[in-house]
Amino acid sequence: MSESQTEVATRGSGPGEPEDKTAFKNTSNNRNLTDKLFTVLVTAAAFFGIVVLAVLLVDVFRDGLPFVDGQFLTSLSSITPENAGVYGALVGSILLIVLTALITVPIGVGAAIYLEEYAGDNFFTRAVEVTISNLAAVPSIIYGILGLGLFVNGLIVPGMGPILLAGALTLSLLVLPVIIIATREALRAVPGSVREGGIALGATRWEVTRDHVLPSALPGALTGMILALSRALGETAPLIVVGAVTFATFAPPISPEALFGRYGALPIQIYDYIQRFRPEFKDELAPAGIVVMMVVLLLVNSVAIVLRNRWQARR
Amino acid sequence: MVNIRRIGEEQRVRETSKDVAKGGAQQTPESNGMTVEDLSAFYGSFKAVTDVNMQIKRNKVTALIGPSGCGKSTYIRCLNRMHEVIPGAYAEGKVALDGQDIYAKGADPVNIRRRIGMVFQKPNPFSKSIYENVAWGAKINGYRGDMDELVERSLKQAALWDEVKDRLKESGYSLSGGQQQRLVIARTLAVEPEVILMDEPASALDPVSTQKIEDTMEDLKKKYTVVIVTHNMQQAARISDYTGFFYIENMGDPGRLWEFDETSKMFSNPDRKETEDYVTGRFG
Ligand SMILES: Nc1ncnc2c1ncn2[C@@H]1O[C@H](COP(=O)(O)OP(=O)(O)OP(=O)(O)O)[C@@H](O)[C@H]1O
Ligand SMILES: [Mg+2]
Repeated sequence: MSESQTEVATRGSGPGEPEDKTAFKNTSNNRNLTDKLFTVLVTAAAFFGIVVLAVLLVDVFRDGLPFVDGQFLTSLSSITPENAGVYGALVGSILLIVLTALITVPIGVGAAIYLEEYAGDNFFTRAVEVTISNLAAVPSIIYGILGLGLFVNGLIVPGMGPILLAGALTLSLLVLPVIIIATREALRAVPGSVREGGIALGATRWEVTRDHVLPSALPGALTGMILALSRALGETAPLIVVGAVTFATFAPPISPEALFGRYGALPIQIYDYIQRFRPEFKDELAPAGIVVMMVVLLLVNSVAIVLRNRWQARR
Repeated sequence: MVNIRRIGEEQRVRETSKDVAKGGAQQTPESNGMTVEDLSAFYGSFKAVTDVNMQIKRNKVTALIGPSGCGKSTYIRCLNRMHEVIPGAYAEGKVALDGQDIYAKGADPVNIRRRIGMVFQKPNPFSKSIYENVAWGAKINGYRGDMDELVERSLKQAALWDEVKDRLKESGYSLSGGQQQRLVIARTLAVEPEVILMDEPASALDPVSTQKIEDTMEDLKKKYTVVIVTHNMQQAARISDYTGFFYIENMGDPGRLWEFDETSKMFSNPDRKETEDYVTGRFG
């Protein structure tokens, strides 16, 4: 031991040392400049996004807000602009999104837990993984056609017709891949040492997942879920295909019966207003409808943020 | 230098085992413990450790030493079936705890891991409060006693109580690295295992924290059987009763238990030249 120590010592103060210092060109000025430049660039990129969002919001609200009133929110569709409102579509959209969340969150989280925590790395799981990524990239209208064949007309089981449940199931197919991917990503970010620590105490995989892995992954997973559900809220094409009504002259009842009745949705209603003959529809009602939809979206997002912060604070 | 230290050490060891005998707390005779027969460990098709035979004595500290990559971690993880948690990894051979083969068909790995606890190289507290870190394992294993009392006792055994007794509600992550490692030890003790496996528990710690962990080890072996992997020869000499030296003779071979004996012998006149070279720091 002492031998090797002296060897290191002589090598450290060897004759080659002083020249070694010049082996590095002094480049710190350039590199610091590059660093500053990059900081400016990424800050600008971030602000670009925020500014675009702000402009969009201001524009939408300026055009639409004056026309959002109690009458608009509580009235059904009508051919006379003075009597028309978004109530039916609003209720339809809210029911759709709640139902879609109730269907996709348990299934999506369950599938992600299986793939990430239980299934090994084998041909089957890799095939599933590739398939899910591809499904997430499929255009939404394709899901509409699938939903039409599978739920509305009935491929395997008898068709249910163009009811709310069929619409929600179709939207669920659409968002499920995204929810699975987001949840898996969040689960993967939890360090393996936490799982090992739990298992080494004599816990089962499920106990470790339930008490340590899922709570740590939840905030990340929640973000992905909300993005996916927001996308579903704004979808028009698949809902038209599966038979949502474009002209909501009725509102689904706020009861389980709604599942089996017909329904409208905000984006379809807005589209319908825009293409109507009388200009008030396009210039007043459509912008007002967009404001309502934006508010619903922002509400959904803020619920997620509140949930996430509460969860993080608790731990 | 090591040898001089050993004399005092042995004195103490003998006293400790007498204490245990007098106390009569242990139901089973000292010769019980863990018996390892022809154990080999694999990662897929790669054989990392081969043909280990070892008698791990109850209420003793067994140290595992050897050059990096020779399979110490792999081996110690086989002792409580943590090895197979890694995808594709498996072990062959027999490991018995008090005569029961933990690899027997029908043996429940979950129950085995409660009886044979493990502390890892890097502290891995849960992102929960200090209290819950200690209580969680006991809770899921159905502990029916007074939880507050168990948490306090475990933290005291791990020499952490005084430092955390006023902040039990704070996150386990708010502790320093050395405190986190003692928290993990406390958490392991709280499920009342019979054997504690430690894989380089002090390698990332400062001398003071290391000292604290070594001190707890003295206490621990009165109640528990301890197996510890360490790269620190002085530490192995100080705290262990038995030492196993793992070694790979030719590159690419699996690791073997090269020599296994009482620590005093391993550090004064081991049978094999490689052991002597290693413990005197001539290589590795
Ligand atoms: N997860 C793994 N997958 C495949 N091979 C592994 C894995 N972990 C370890 N090995 C290999 O098994 C052999 C033994 O590794 P191990 O970690 O048991 O060594 P070690 O004695 O603990 O080393 P160290 O002292 O550096 O911790 C090495 O060749 C290593 O590359
Ligand atoms: Mg190791």
